[in-house]
This record gives sequence, structure tokens and C-alpha cells, in this order.
Amino acid sequence: MTSYSWAPGFVAGDRPRIVTSRFEFEDSFTLERYLATGGYAGLRAAIARPAAEVHEEVRSSTLLGRGGAGFPAGVKWGLTPEGVFPRYLVVNGDESEPGTYKDRLLMERDPHQLIEGCLIACYAAGLSRCFLYIRGEMALAQERMATALNDAYAAGYIGKNILGSDFSVDIVLHWGAGAYVVGEETALIESLEGNRGMPRLKPPYFPAAIGLYGKPTIVNNVETLSNLPWIATNGAAAYTAIGTESSPGTRMVAVSGHVKRPGVYEIVNGTTTFRDLLYGEEFCQGIRDDNELKAFVPGGGSAPWFLPDQLDLPFEGRLVGAAGSMLGSGAIMVMDSTTDIPAAALTLTRFYAHESCGKCVPCREGGTWLMRILERVVEGQGTTEDLDLLLEVGGSICPGSMPHAASAELGLEATPFPYRMTTICFVGPSAYVPVHSAITLFPSEFAERVAPARVRTRIPVTAVGSAQ
Amino acid sequence: MARFNDANLTTAHEIIARYPRPKSALIPLLHLAQEQNGYVTDEAMRQIAELVGVTPAEVLGTGSFYEMFRFEPTGRYLINICGTMSCALMGARELLHAAERSLGIHAGGTTPDGLFTLHQAECQAACTEAPCLQVNYRYRFKMTPEGVEQLIDDLRAGKLDDEIPPHGTLARVRQHIPSDRAVGAVDPDDVVGPPAWIPVTVEGAGS
Ligand SMILES: Cc1cc2nc3c(=O)[nH]c(=O)nc-3n(C[C@H](O)[C@H](O)[C@H](O)COP(=O)(O)O)c2cc1C
Ligand code: SF4
Ligand code: FES
Repeated sequence: MTSYSWAPGFVAGDRPRIVTSRFEFEDSFTLERYLATGGYAGLRAAIARPAAEVHEEVRSSTLLGRGGAGFPAGVKWGLTPEGVFPRYLVVNGDESEPGTYKDRLLMERDPHQLIEGCLIACYAAGLSRCFLYIRGEMALAQERMATALNDAYAAGYIGKNILGSDFSVDIVLHWGAGAYVVGEETALIESLEGNRGMPRLKPPYFPAAIGLYGKPTIVNNVETLSNLPWIATNGAAAYTAIGTESSPGTRMVAVSGHVKRPGVYEIVNGTTTFRDLLYGEEFCQGIRDDNELKAFVPGGGSAPWFLPDQLDLPFEGRLVGAAGSMLGSGAIMVMDSTTDIPAAALTLTRFYAHESCGKCVPCREGGTWLMRILERVVEGQGTTEDLDLLLEVGGSICPGSMPHAASAELGLEATPFPYRMTTICFVGPSAYVPVHSAITLFPSEFAERVAPARVRTRIPVTAVGSAQ
Repeated sequence: MARFNDANLTTAHEIIARYPRPKSALIPLLHLAQEQNGYVTDEAMRQIAELVGVTPAEVLGTGSFYEMFRFEPTGRYLINICGTMSCALMGARELLHAAERSLGIHAGGTTPDGLFTLHQAECQAACTEAPCLQVNYRYRFKMTPEGVEQLIDDLRAGKLDDEIPPHGTLARVRQHIPSDRAVGAVDPDDVVGPPAWIPVTVEGAGS
């Protein structure tokens, strides 16, 4: 249970560590330290074997994507069409989902581990050029990655004939310029092509088939790739020995909000419960001021909210999905008894409304409507009709039933994840998720806030750019 | 002034050469222009258009989508105060008010001396360190209203100039790919067959 001033937020514990194993060293980002702690051994081991074997090793490790969707990396690499070249790797370092803080730490503290992961992925899947897309607002991560790339090129780990082999790949550092939606993989590709970062329609634009410049492209998250050096060095069996069968290895989780010790923890996948995380001595040590827990968001701003009823669930994708939410990007946001629930929901809805790229009407218009109506409610200007209107507007983004948690107090049963949607990507639904969770799980906080409807007609939304 | 100086023009060509298609360099070149001039000028957009082979309108069309690009003079210090959930739960609003009071401007504004621009920003991937802010994309964690006032005083007095470069400069280290190590960017349509380390097999070249 140690923290280090050079890794703000990170708390080490007495647990297996795969991706944060070097964080205790102040100079963990240097090539010297990396090499002194087993660095680039995974690459050497990988290129000594046929590419297909390395791919198979990763497939059998069941390494799940850490960017949000949790898709197995080894399976994704196998989805490129046979015989179509070139194939590219695009690294998703755009971390900006509310609550998420891990990829930036990995890039700042262990850039060579990410580089080595990229090289192993390129080797295994036959990807001949790699683009490392870092969020624009992360100046230090960009500096650390640039330095590490320069050093790794000079030392012969990147570029032509790596370590004297016939494996050759360039890694190109690229950074964004501030747009959350660019984290969505097809928008990331648009952005990398020099366009506005608007998501493409899937199908047909699945990146593995039609990606960057129309060519097969693998998009993987920073944390996903950072696991590869360890897997290449220690083998898939050692990896699956940690965690559970469906969720092996470890995961980085950020817990923020009203806990005594917010932090970034590398946890054993699949077994650690939310109660461990929020109350455990080696994790967050309880709710601040010993207040009661009111609610928590289990998987980043896009995830439906949980109540204390769900504390004993393990951090495991399928179980959390069945309970009405998702693990997403590994970000837990905690609200204690003092929290103003409608106002908290507004901070998220405002985020997604603001980040809409404008391509789909339900997201562009609906997100703004949700934000404006909720603002009115939070400010005490709303009526009971506004609550119906919120659900109606939300229903135009996500038709049908919405996932939500069970509540013993309210006599609610869980509705499992996922939802249906009328939009191209998840930004639109994500504007509605916090509204829906807050109204469903805390109806009285809204009832207290609004006046009875005085007028029986629709109350127009007066927002710049939205319909009346 | 607004066109790239010689050193930056060399850098621009180096950046363009890394991409299989020049248009991919558009965002990096907008950053370079913003670094040189503090914001993106019309002249810079015209030059970027020439360099990557698109129209100036396309450069603006892409650039204006992204929040970090500023198309008008901006304070030497851009203060972004995070207002998303984790920071909001931990007192982000008080930070914003302290900054507004101390600078005498509202969020979105620039001080008359051109030193500060203040924005309310979204999640900065530092949620466990809430409430937080960035000055020219350099972090300040677990901030207090007093801390914000102190920070503004220090910036005004030039005490943080070593750590915080003027607005527009992001990473102070650039990637350089040595020519003897570079594989090089090939137009995707000129690539035939699998890369050298993938055996060509009947099954079709390394699944
Ligand atoms: C709106 C939106 C934003 C996203 N933002 C990110 C992000 O910042 N980083 C990330 O790795 N994945 C993000 N994703 C997920 C990516 O689309 C993609 O699934 C992921 O990068 C794949 O990598 P993985 O398989 O290694 O997880 C986002 C998805 C959506 C819909
Ligand atoms: S859902 Fe929103 S952000 Fe996503 S593509 Fe549609 S308009 Fe753009
Ligand atoms: S919510 Fe402020 S940094 Fe994430």
C-alpha cells in the first residue's frame, strides 16, 4: 500500500502487478530502467517465434480490450480479411471518458512497455505501420512517448530490421486536439486521416476490414497493448492463472469521488468486488467522513449507476452486465449521502451533449434537450411534465427498456445491459444514461425538485440551436 | 510571421513524410502553427492547405471541430478548469469562481492584458486527483480556491515559466525518426503482399 509522488493517484498494493510493475521507480520511463527491469524481453521472445504462434499465444491468453467494449484482442487481430495488405495498428490513447484515469499514467510512467506492446501486436498480426494517437491535452504523456520513441529507434527496437530480424515497423506519434468522440475507433481513424472526428457507420466500416485509408486496421487501447510484453515473456498460461476464466489477468481501475482514498489500482480481474474497492483497507478505505454511500457509477460516465445493493458484485463484465450496467473503461465514481443527484447527473449529461459530433439527430438534438431540461429541473424551475419529457426525449435515443440496477428499497428488479439505440455511436445514449439512472433510482429527489405542471401543453425548450 | 518560420517548415515536411497520405498531417501541422503563433491564423491555414494538398476551407473545416485550436488571439496562459463529474463532486465550481474573481473575467473570456484565458473544461483524465485544472495542458491536482489564486499570482509574476511554456506549445520533445532506421511511409495502394516477416502461405498470409 504505497503511493509515489511521481505517479499521482496510483496506489500499489500487495497484489500481482502486470502493467504497473515499474511504477515504484522514479525513472521508470527511461530506456535504462526499462532494460534493467526485463524490458524488451517479450519482443525478443516474440520475434524468435513465427508470427502465427505469437498470435495464438495472445488468443489463448483471452486478453480483453481495456478501452470499453472488452473484446478479446487475439480474436480482433484475426478479423482482418485474408491476404489484404497493408494492415495498420492504431493505438487508442485518447482517454477521455469521464472518470477514467489509467492510460495517461501508463504512457507517462512506462512508455517503453506500450512501445513493446505495439511491436508485439504488429509482429503477431502482420501490421506494417503503427500510429500512436495520444489525447491532445496530455502534454507530459506526449513528451514521455516522444522521448521513449526516439531512444527506442536509436537502440534498434523500432524501424528497419528490428534487432537484426526481418521484422520492420515504424511507430508514428500523433496527437489529437480535443474532442471526446474521437476516442471511438472509427472517429479516431477519421481524425488520423485529417478529418473531423465523426464516427463511421458499422457496417460496413469495421476497422479490421475497412479502416485507416480503407485498409484493415486494428485499433487497440493503451492498457490492452501494455499487457503484451508480460504475456509474451511469461506466456498465456501464467496470464490466465491470474483472475478468472472469463476475465483473466489484472485491470487498472480508477476510483474517484467521495471516498477516503481515491486512487488508481491495478486489481485482480474478475474477483475483486466493488465493496473491496470502496471499503477495503488496501483500496479506498471507505466513504469520506464515514458518510453513507448513495450511488456509484461502475464503469465510466457512460455506465448506468449502481446502488449499495450492488456492492458485492465482482468487477466482472458479464455479472455487471446482468446487473444492469457495464465495466466500460474501468472507472468508478462514488457519490455519498450529501450528493445532489440531479445535479450530479447533469455534469455527465452536459458532458455528452457538449461532445456530440452532430452527425445523428437524436444525439445532437436530444442531448441538448436533455441537458436543458435537466438544468431547469436542477435550478428548481422544472415541473412534473419535465420528468416525462426527459424520459420521452431519452426514449427517442434509446427506444425500449433501459438497463438499470435492482433496488430492494424501491422494489425494482434489474434490467440487464445493453440498450437499443437510434444513433451511430454511444455518445447519444450516454447523455441519457445518467438521466435515466438518476430518475429511476432516485425518484423522490426529482419529485421534491419539481412543481406540479401548471400548463397542460408541452413546455418549449429554449436553447440555442434546438427546436421549440 | 504567420507563415511557418524556416525551422518549423522543416519540421512540417518531416511530419508530412511520416504519413502514407499527407492530409493525415493536418492536425499535427495545426498544432505546429498554434505553437508558433499562439493561435491558428488564416495565413497559417492557407499554408497548411498548400502543404497537405487540400483547400484552406477544409483546413478550417477540420480544425474548427477540435476544441484545442483557437482561431483568435488567446491568453499566454489558458486555464482549463475541469467541471465533469468527479471534479464537480469535489468542488470544481468553487475553483471556477475563484479563478473568475481573481481574473475579473467569466469563463470563456480573456483578460485585457492578454495574459489569461479562462475555460471550463471537461474530464482531464485525472479524476482521482479532483478537483483539478490545467494551465496550457500542465496539471494542477487537488486544487483549492486559495491554490487557484496563488497559481494565478505565480503565473503573473512569471515564476512558472520554466514549467509552463506559452499557450500553443504542447510537448517540448518531438519525435524524430532517424533516416537510417525509418521504414518509410508507403502509399497504401502501392503495397502488395504481406510484410517480410509474414510467410506467404496457401491459407493467405498470416491470419
Ligand atoms: C464515444 C466513445 C469513446 C471512446 N473513447 C475511447 C478512449 O478514449 N480510449 C479507448 O481506448 N477506447 C475508447 N472507446 C472504445 C473504442 O471505440 C475501441 O473499442 C477501443 O479503443 C478498442 O480497443 P480495445 O479493444 O483494446 O479495448 C470509445 C468508444 C466510444 C463509443
Ligand atoms: S451518437 Fe452523437 S457523437 Fe455519435 S455519431 Fe451520432 S451525433 Fe456523433
Ligand atoms: S472529472 Fe475532472 S479529471 Fe475527470
